[in-house]
Amino acid sequence: MSFSDTQRLFSGGNAPLSGVGSILQRLYLDGPLLGGLLMVCALGLVVLYSAVAQNMDLWIQQCMRLVVALVAMLIVAQLPPDLLRRWTPWGYLGGLILLIMVLAAGEVGQGAQRWLDIGIRFQPSEIMKLAVPMMAAWYLHDRQLPPKFMDLVVIGVLIIVPTVLIARQPDLGTSLLIAMSGVLVIVLAGLPIRVMVLLALASIPGAYVLWQFMQDYQKQRVLTLLNPDSDPLGAGYNIIQSKIAIGSGGLFGKGWTNGSQAQLEFLPERDTDFIFAVMGEELGLLGVLSLLALYLFVVGRGLYIAIQARDTFSRLLAGSISLTFFVYVFVNTAMVTGLVPVVGVPLPLVSFGGTSMVTLLAGFGILMSIHRHRKLLPH
Amino acid sequence: MSLFSPIKDHHSETQLFVGRVILSSVIGVVLLGVVVGRLVQLQVVDHQLFAEQSQGNRIRIEAVPPTRGLIFDRRGRVLAENLPAYQLELIPEQVPDINDTLARLAKLGLIGEEDIPRFNGLSQSGPRFKPITLRFRLTDDEIANFAVQRPRFPGVDLQPRLVRHYPDGELVAHAVGYVGALSTADLERLDAAAYSGTSHTGKTGVEHFNEGVLHGDVGFRQVVTNALGRQVPAETRDYADSAAESESPIPGDNLYLSLDIDLQRVAAKQLEGRRGAIVAIDPRNGEILALFSAPAFDPNSFATGMSPSEYNALQQDDQRPLFNRAVRGSYPPGSTIKPMLALAALEIGATNLTRRSVCIGWYSLPGSTHRYRDWRPQGHGEVDLHDAIQQSCDVYFYEISRDIGIDNMHYYLEQFGLGNVTGIDMTGEADGLVPSREWKRNAFRERADQVWFPGETIIASIGQGYLLATPLQLASATATLAMRGQRFKPHLVAAFEDPLTGKRILMPPERLPNVQINDEFYWDNVLAAMHDVMQSGRGTARAVGLGAPYDMAGKSGTAQVFTIAQEEKYDEDEIDERLRDHALFIAFAPFEDPQIAVAVIVENGSSGSGIAAPMARAIMDQHLGFNDDEL
Repeated sequence: MSFSDTQRLFSGGNAPLSGVGSILQRLYLDGPLLGGLLMVCALGLVVLYSAVAQNMDLWIQQCMRLVVALVAMLIVAQLPPDLLRRWTPWGYLGGLILLIMVLAAGEVGQGAQRWLDIGIRFQPSEIMKLAVPMMAAWYLHDRQLPPKFMDLVVIGVLIIVPTVLIARQPDLGTSLLIAMSGVLVIVLAGLPIRVMVLLALASIPGAYVLWQFMQDYQKQRVLTLLNPDSDPLGAGYNIIQSKIAIGSGGLFGKGWTNGSQAQLEFLPERDTDFIFAVMGEELGLLGVLSLLALYLFVVGRGLYIAIQARDTFSRLLAGSISLTFFVYVFVNTAMVTGLVPVVGVPLPLVSFGGTSMVTLLAGFGILMSIHRHRKLLPH
Repeated sequence: MSLFSPIKDHHSETQLFVGRVILSSVIGVVLLGVVVGRLVQLQVVDHQLFAEQSQGNRIRIEAVPPTRGLIFDRRGRVLAENLPAYQLELIPEQVPDINDTLARLAKLGLIGEEDIPRFNGLSQSGPRFKPITLRFRLTDDEIANFAVQRPRFPGVDLQPRLVRHYPDGELVAHAVGYVGALSTADLERLDAAAYSGTSHTGKTGVEHFNEGVLHGDVGFRQVVTNALGRQVPAETRDYADSAAESESPIPGDNLYLSLDIDLQRVAAKQLEGRRGAIVAIDPRNGEILALFSAPAFDPNSFATGMSPSEYNALQQDDQRPLFNRAVRGSYPPGSTIKPMLALAALEIGATNLTRRSVCIGWYSLPGSTHRYRDWRPQGHGEVDLHDAIQQSCDVYFYEISRDIGIDNMHYYLEQFGLGNVTGIDMTGEADGLVPSREWKRNAFRERADQVWFPGETIIASIGQGYLLATPLQLASATATLAMRGQRFKPHLVAAFEDPLTGKRILMPPERLPNVQINDEFYWDNVLAAMHDVMQSGRGTARAVGLGAPYDMAGKSGTAQVFTIAQEEKYDEDEIDERLRDHALFIAFAPFEDPQIAVAVIVENGSSGSGIAAPMARAIMDQHLGFNDDEL
């Protein structure tokens, strides 16, 4: 597939304006991206209805969360990218302060503390999921690319501080994903490939050697840190059941709400981290491939918007948001199919629970704003 | 920020960015390709394997019920044990046609026709893979019979399990109680998780009161079951290692009761063919030695399950075998309270040891013509307190009752434990009733009924009227008499034993407040009169105490079941058996060193000294080692 083919595939939003198109344009919404996201969410709700064992209360709760998240996306889409850019340092600083407050409150509460209660309960780490890539993109906005060594050091600090604060909560999984979103900005900004390869090569044997030198109880601690909610034995059981669920689904699946693994509760955490296995069991290979195709379309459209963006900030941010979304999808599906160890990452926009849904759709709201406002920003 | 921004080369930056996006996309597509490859491997290549595993191999966590604690009598003889037995189970999801299967099982005689609708309902309500117990215990013949037919009954199977068994059956039905199948109500009351593997729970008596210690703690094991739900040995599965987690159940504590099964046997024999109760207590510590209610029933039928019709028959039997008369039966205590009233009268000065009355066979209140009759129509002549107890002269007590007054009666009888539960370690004990002015004010709605009449004091003095006591309360009060006012809370459990370590915890006797009568002289005289009831020429129960190898004391009582009109005579032969007087007797022995206190009540037994007293004697003979009869 050549680049121009790709461009044609993802450029549907620029087609001559129909009635719907003009409404979308006035709302600064991107049609293809919105369509892809809505289809992912719709498929997610169908699967979730089965995964919560047809509990209408829980299902409606998730629908309400989706509505809230869509509203958040709509609001964010109205904010022009240069406004977002000017707000970025303040948002980042505010997020840092909230993280420190959470840690202080956690110190008092003597336990893991991720929530802050200011009228509504929310996790400040959710702010950081957007603020970290925004801050990295803000810093690089009017610097020469590829970034210089000193730039890398500064961005490194900007990424590491919130990462450490979140890791201390302790929430290592989230902190690593946030660090990843910042690193992706540097990679997109043109971090030299030889540096990346060198770092990757150094980290693999380094980690291996470190692992060999660790005592059993230290290894156990690292594993527990990566996955606080289940012991290795429990995780092993989860993976066995998850693989049986997906494998037994076959090509076409056992039928919606008919998965014996899921419905007889053999499958643990079927409505959250392991919901992909429910889908694999009930809707089969065709079902999960459809979902993966939708995800791929959303990420592709995001990257297309990134390429179309006119300024560095928008471009880097749009690219990072799209790729981070992909990382979520990959880590979850690889975990559920037993390719990578069990870490607690939900399937984006499908798993039950709404805290991350608002952040995810707000991120896509930024993408839409970038795409829809670009004509108003002559370069 | 540097002082001047370097000039940005927008074109090369865009090229660089697009290059990186393409690189990321390639990596992303490769990673996604790995996931898709994995999905194809799981869902297409290995589909058959996983389909079989999901169909057939299911890891299930199964609760392992703890072994219920055993119950022993005071000499270590088993009263309740757990015997291996086979029960018949049905797993609804494996049965092709439930109606047909149940009908054919009924034809084989394994279940009753009338049970079919019930099991049908059960098979529809619960989870379809959860077994339903059709029969808790099959006989050897039934096991053999079913084993031959088993291939014709898919989804129905024999399961080995432990069944509660009471070797002495009826003898311990009311004291030890019984276990029965867990009901929905039980499950709401108990911790469902702790009972997840348990089928039965204590329903009455010691079994119920001590459920918490008898039950033990549930254990768990992970089992691999095949498509039919039948368990597959774990070692045949490759992932059995990761699934082989288990936790052993902790068995419940064994109980050692103070009960003496030999004494129970004597009590049962004495009450054979009658309705009544016998309770015997060791007065020195409150230990229950015997507690029997007649007629009894076989507690094993509750443990193994019975058909609704059998249960209804028990429930509706007009002899009321399920009713625990020993702790729930409330009877007018009759003359058995006279020694207690005598002590109260002495203490408050309502009478003295030299005061004499002339008994002419009846008594009237001044200014009234109503005659309160003595049990002996011709009267007892001139009597003092000693004679009045010994011969059970009613008129003497009618006379002094006016000076004692109902509120003093209430005050002292409550000190002997009447009118309140004794606090024995079993459930369902009745309060009995000791009336007072205050009680009457509160008990009646109509103002006219709330007034206490002098005549009510008169009849209360011979244990009639509103007064009610349970056999257990009377036995406990008798123990208090024997101990000259020192009281202990009656109890059945003497020791708990941890079956794993064999460590025993003894239950110490629990002291209750003494009766507030401190003059030993009063006790000497009243107890001497009780002694002479059984062992002097004029005692009402002299025939019973005759020739005994030990000294004893007692008091008879005869309680009216219905009121005879003023001028009528009570003629035993003419009235219905159910309207005859209740026969009561309380006794303790040996007189100088009391080791046993007994209360006997025989419903409609007519004569306390004639019917109930020999029963008390038999109990005391047995306990003190003077029973020569074969048990």
